[in-house]
This record gives sequence, structure tokens and C-alpha cells, in this order.
Amino acid sequence: MSRVEAITIRDSLSVSLTVGAYGIAFGAASVANGFSVLQSCLLSLLTFSGASQFAVVGVIGAGGSALSAIATASLLGVRNGIYGVIMAPRLKVKGFRRVIAAHITIDESTGVALGAEKRSESAMRHGFWLTGFGVFFFWNLFTLAGALGAQAMGDTRAWGLDSAVPAAFLGLVWPRLESKREQILAVASIIFALVMTPFLPAGLPIIGTAFIAIVMGVRG
Amino acid sequence: MSAFWIATIGTSAIAFILKYSGHSLPQRLLEHPRIQRINALIPIALLSALVAVQSFTEKGKLVIDHRLAGVAVAVLALFLKAPFPVVVLSAALTSAAIYNWF
Repeated sequence: MSRVEAITIRDSLSVSLTVGAYGIAFGAASVANGFSVLQSCLLSLLTFSGASQFAVVGVIGAGGSALSAIATASLLGVRNGIYGVIMAPRLKVKGFRRVIAAHITIDESTGVALGAEKRSESAMRHGFWLTGFGVFFFWNLFTLAGALGAQAMGDTRAWGLDSAVPAAFLGLVWPRLESKREQILAVASIIFALVMTPFLPAGLPIIGTAFIAIVMGVRG
Repeated sequence: MSAFWIATIGTSAIAFILKYSGHSLPQRLLEHPRIQRINALIPIALLSALVAVQSFTEKGKLVIDHRLAGVAVAVLALFLKAPFPVVVLSAALTSAAIYNWF
């Protein structure tokens, strides 16, 4: 393995720490929505994909079934599969290494890797592995901290956690609302979910908005 | 097995299958612009819907309560380009203040 550049280490570490710290918000949200500390930690260890994890605890917390929670989380996880398609020909790994590479294929590892690609192929590889492992370490550490913290709080509403959760979702979606069409989709999804909530089983008003996105995407 | 366990294990299994199959698929499958557009739009729809449901519903009913203030402050923070932790904390503090004192 060639020498790791300082700039790659710096980029990977800063992304790992910043993103990993969001794990506090996840751990707390998960416990606030009724998951145990163990389940919260397992979600971070095994699902290891922030948006999907927030979604699964959000849907269950809103009273949705396990099936609609899994479906919503999985729709958000499709993204990682697409990163896999992009990263596979670049990483060229097989067997057990491919299993590990797949598990740490997320927004951040892919993003840092592609950003480092203009420097060199080895910088790209180092960026991927360092960021993947770095986020994994901090995300899990902070999830445990957040889950234990929320467990110690008792009534999480008195600590504002019931607003911290939607605020976290908002923080995730906000940077994506660049164009008019994306903003229209966000507003339409909010209206759809709220209007349908009294009539559909919990969870379905959320998954249902995926169809609005598909129709918008197909029409171009 | 409780819904919590089924959700935890099911989500984790599918998350890994999605990641691993991405590493095993030919790249040309995803080059279609329509697929790329849909993939960019789906997270926006789902996350927006989650914000709405978590902010304004409770047990299948529409509800306006202290969470409205918390989320409004989060929107304000995002307009002011505040970093993520500030967005979440300001929402939590506002919401907690109203919940505890009114």
C-alpha cells in the first residue's frame, strides 16, 4: 500500500468526526421512539446508514408497522447500492474485503473517495477506507452515548427530543432542496403525508410520497 | 418477536443486501438518466414526509403542539445557514422550554 497523504487523512478524519457526532442525535432519537439501547446500537452497527436508521425509528415512533418501517428505510438505502456500483470498479476487491467495502459504502466514504480521485487513484482508495472506518467508529460510539443519554432523561419530550428528531430530518433534506422542482416535491410530500395521516395506517403516508418522486422523475 | 426487533433486523439485512448488490452489479444498469433522477428525488420525498409526520401528528391524528415551535426554529436556523448541531439543539431547546413552561 502506498503512503497515505496528510490531506487524505485530514479530510477523512474531519468528515468522520463531524458525521459520527450525529450519532448522538440518532441514539437519542432511537430511544425516544421506544427502541432499546441494544437495538439502537445494533442499528448503527449493522444498518450503518444514517437516513435509513432515522427513518426506521421515525416510522415505528409514529406508530407504523415493522414492515412499513423496513420499506421506508430500504428505499433510502437504495442510494448506497448505487454508490456500490460506482465504487466497485474503483476498489477492485473480492471476497471478504468486498463484504467489508460494501458495509462501509455510504454517502461519506463515497464522497471523500470521489473527491480525492483527482489527486490519485491511491488517494481515492485511502479516502474510501479511512472515511468508511472512521465514520463507522465514531457513529457507533456516539450512538451509544446518545442512547444512554436519552435513557437517563426519562420523559424525552421535556428535553425537546420530540422536536430534535424532525429537526434532524430537516437538516438532512435541506441541502438537497436546490432547485424549484425539489422544493415543490418537498412541499407536495409534506402535504400528502399530513392529509393522508388520518386515513392510512401509520407509515403508509410516508412511503406513499415515494410515488410522487417516481412520477416526477419519470416525467423528467 | 416485537416490531422493534423485526424492524432492527429487517432494516439491517436489507441495507447490507442493497450495498453488496451494488458492488456486484454492472455499472451500465444505472446510467439511465431517469433512474438517476428518481434516485435523487426519493430521499427528498421520504425525508420531507418524515419531518411532517414527526412534527404534526400523534397516533394517527393531526396535532399542533410545542413541536411546531421547535421545528420553526430549526427552519429559521437552516435559513441562517447554521450547522447541523445548532439546528437540532435550537429546536430541542425551544421545544423543551415550551413543553415545560406552558
